[in-house]
Amino acid sequence: MHGFDTKLTDEINFFVQELEQAARDAGLEPCTTIFELVDYKQLNEIAAYLGFPTRYPHWRFGMEYERLAKSYTYGLAIIYEMVINNNPCYAYLLRANDLVYQKTVIAHVYGHCDFFQKNYWFSKTNGKMLNQMANHGTIVRSLINEIGHDKVESFLDCCLSLENLIDIYAPFQTKTKKKDDHTAEEINITDDELKLDAKSYMDTYVNPKEYIARKRKLLEEKHSKDPLLDSKTNERDVLNYLLCHAPLQDWEWQLLDIIRAEAYYFAPQAQTKILNEGWATYWHSKMMTKLYPLSAAEIIDYCDHYAGVVASVPGQLNPYKLGVELLRHCERRWDEGRFGLEYLNCTDPKVRKLWNKNTQQGQTKLFEIRKIHNDVSFIDAYLDEDFCYEQKMLIYDYDRNRGKYVISSREFAEVKRKLLDQLTNVGNPIIAVKDGNFRNRSELLLVHEHSGQDLKQDFALETLKSLLRLWKRPVHLETRIEGVSKRISCSGSDHQIERI
Amino acid sequence: MKMDSDLNRFHKIVRGKIKKELRKFIANGELLGRQGGKTISIPLPRIDIPRFQFGQQQRGLGQGDGEVGDPLPGQPSSGQQQAGDREGEKALEVEVSLEELADILGEELSLPRLEDKGTKNIEAVQHKYTGIFKQGPESLRHFKRTFREALKRAIISGTYNEQAPTIVPIKDDRRYRSFRTVRKPETNAVVIYMMDVSGSMGEEQKQIVRLTAFWLDTWLTRQYTGLERRYIVHDAVAREVDQDTFYRTRESGGTLISSAYQLALSLMEKDYPPAIWNIYLFHFSDGDNWSGNDTTECLNIMNGNILPKANLFSYGQVESRYGSGQFLRDLEKNFHGQEKVALAKIKDRDAIIGALKVFLGRGH
Repeated sequence: MHGFDTKLTDEINFFVQELEQAARDAGLEPCTTIFELVDYKQLNEIAAYLGFPTRYPHWRFGMEYERLAKSYTYGLAIIYEMVINNNPCYAYLLRANDLVYQKTVIAHVYGHCDFFQKNYWFSKTNGKMLNQMANHGTIVRSLINEIGHDKVESFLDCCLSLENLIDIYAPFQTKTKKKDDHTAEEINITDDELKLDAKSYMDTYVNPKEYIARKRKLLEEKHSKDPLLDSKTNERDVLNYLLCHAPLQDWEWQLLDIIRAEAYYFAPQAQTKILNEGWATYWHSKMMTKLYPLSAAEIIDYCDHYAGVVASVPGQLNPYKLGVELLRHCERRWDEGRFGLEYLNCTDPKVRKLWNKNTQQGQTKLFEIRKIHNDVSFIDAYLDEDFCYEQKMLIYDYDRNRGKYVISSREFAEVKRKLLDQLTNVGNPIIAVKDGNFRNRSELLLVHEHSGQDLKQDFALETLKSLLRLWKRPVHLETRIEGVSKRISCSGSDHQIERI
Repeated sequence: MKMDSDLNRFHKIVRGKIKKELRKFIANGELLGRQGGKTISIPLPRIDIPRFQFGQQQRGLGQGDGEVGDPLPGQPSSGQQQAGDREGEKALEVEVSLEELADILGEELSLPRLEDKGTKNIEAVQHKYTGIFKQGPESLRHFKRTFREALKRAIISGTYNEQAPTIVPIKDDRRYRSFRTVRKPETNAVVIYMMDVSGSMGEEQKQIVRLTAFWLDTWLTRQYTGLERRYIVHDAVAREVDQDTFYRTRESGGTLISSAYQLALSLMEKDYPPAIWNIYLFHFSDGDNWSGNDTTECLNIMNGNILPKANLFSYGQVESRYGSGQFLRDLEKNFHGQEKVALAKIKDRDAIIGALKVFLGRGH
């Protein structure tokens, strides 16, 4: 796959097999996992491409590579593991790591692989993403040859600027819209009927796959709602809306489609960061200390390493730490029977402290959590007051007078609310298309569902410009700025902000 | 590496950013002291793809000890910390070679390449390996070509066996690298910096000189392979100093500009025969010469000896509270329209860029 030999050494290969067996014995169900041994340059390169050996060309991968290379050189950050959600999974080990490190990483990777396979939120991702990414690369490269590098790149910049305008729950919705017989008939036409007339040997040129795909999509969209209904909608998958309604040239359509597909592929990873890392950390620590224990000589190195993984910086939450601690908290609660009405209604701190019904359901509970939860639902369901207190969670605010960040609250309800706020829609503002024919002038209206936090305004303006590039008619965004409802409009080089 | 083409695209964008910010860099001197060997590290605002995202928040979540009301541990203790710099806003540091920077400067100011003044008679001899010969010393044998010839011969003669592909070159197959002697005109250049350090030159004036000299240096280094620098400070008397002293010396007392020109001339005569050397002189002063007589003396030295030998004589006048600025007017009167004399008034830092253009814009 790469220029250099990435085969595992016999020694590491031995541990890979041992640890996989240990993982399976413990009930994990990872798919086949292929490990590769790479040096730091290769690892930085792979990491800049988010784990995929072949992607479409874009400058930001170069920027990311340079950042990683620099932080490695200065010893600021070393990539700890890299594993991609694919079937088979690919995972990368840094050649320079010592054996304790390698074993830990291997165990950690099996945690992730199990999660990719079994967590509901990953159930809609493409198991052959490695291939699809490579295909995306091929398409973009050929478009570059055809259209020109600058044009393609600047259009990609526009698409990427809109990349987070997807509906992360869309893949899990089943379409329940009723279709009448007539449309059902039309939508059932075959690919052949969609084709333009062409001699058989010209067919692949006249009717390329992308063309048929686009036609079908337009058709489906047309029939998924009443054509006579007005242009008002509430579409959070803005990218899809653009694919269906924006006046795009074929090559533009293809690029946007690629960006959207990749955005949906990566979404579950952002959605389950805490739980996924927590799960992998839980298992690597369990394997290294109980299931496939390290020798006494190795344990100090391991602890040193583990301390680094779960280290917390006062101003931030470490997803590894938060995840693994909350999982352990759940395990303890279900092992000791600290659940159900009786426990929840108990207010005597002494009784609560000594509560132990010896139910031993911890493991079962953990596997249930890994199966159905994402970060938001996980935190919502299990982060309780005891945990908040034990973990010393806090909220801080900036104190202008003192010029410092000051701890402002340790109130459970506030902390939890703040955390859930941060995780909602993977930290992105909720924005939907409201009208594709705004003012009856084919202008596009987006509405930001304001939840207490303003948008970064300069970025919002730049993003609207990208949107304008795709929509080719004026675009508008309704949001709130410092408590006042406003509409930001962009219709070319200038913009205006008006009160509504 | 696959990354190379993406890295290239990124560097191209960075280069564009530097060009855009160049005027700012020239004026605020941020790049001084960021030089390390052959590269310079340039701070740029982070390059981001804009998205709809939330603005900076002053409120955050954390974990750790402390009572409500206590400052969050791990912050710098100075109360001067700017709000909102806890996360994000990380600047990008890019390493750029000095040559690259000079090129960007040249493009931005549309500077012409400097023309060598006819020193073509001095030549350096170089060997370039360009050709392939059938004879030559064994040490220059071209292995790849030799084996390719042998392979060709084997295939043609039918002795090539795919199962046991052994290739043995014979004498006829041997190929040798051959060299060609190229005569390259040697270009040497010297820059003589002169600065007035009399009492009337303040810190800000010196900083302006320093900034200007930095960019002159960058450009000239790019143009000539072996650039030498000499530094002269003067008040009523002139002396040669090293670079560091040049920028630090502060004297009081009067100003006799001719002393510096006299010293520069003797340096030129001693070390830099004009037939071999491209000579650049840059003089910075607040233009307050002691007397008209001395100015006449300066003009004599320039006309008689310096100008015929030098490529360029540049005078930059920085403005100080005490300076009358008369010297610039005198020079303007005498050298108006002279190709080899470049005169500029550097009022403040923002004027540096204009001065650079005047000094370097003539292309010789």
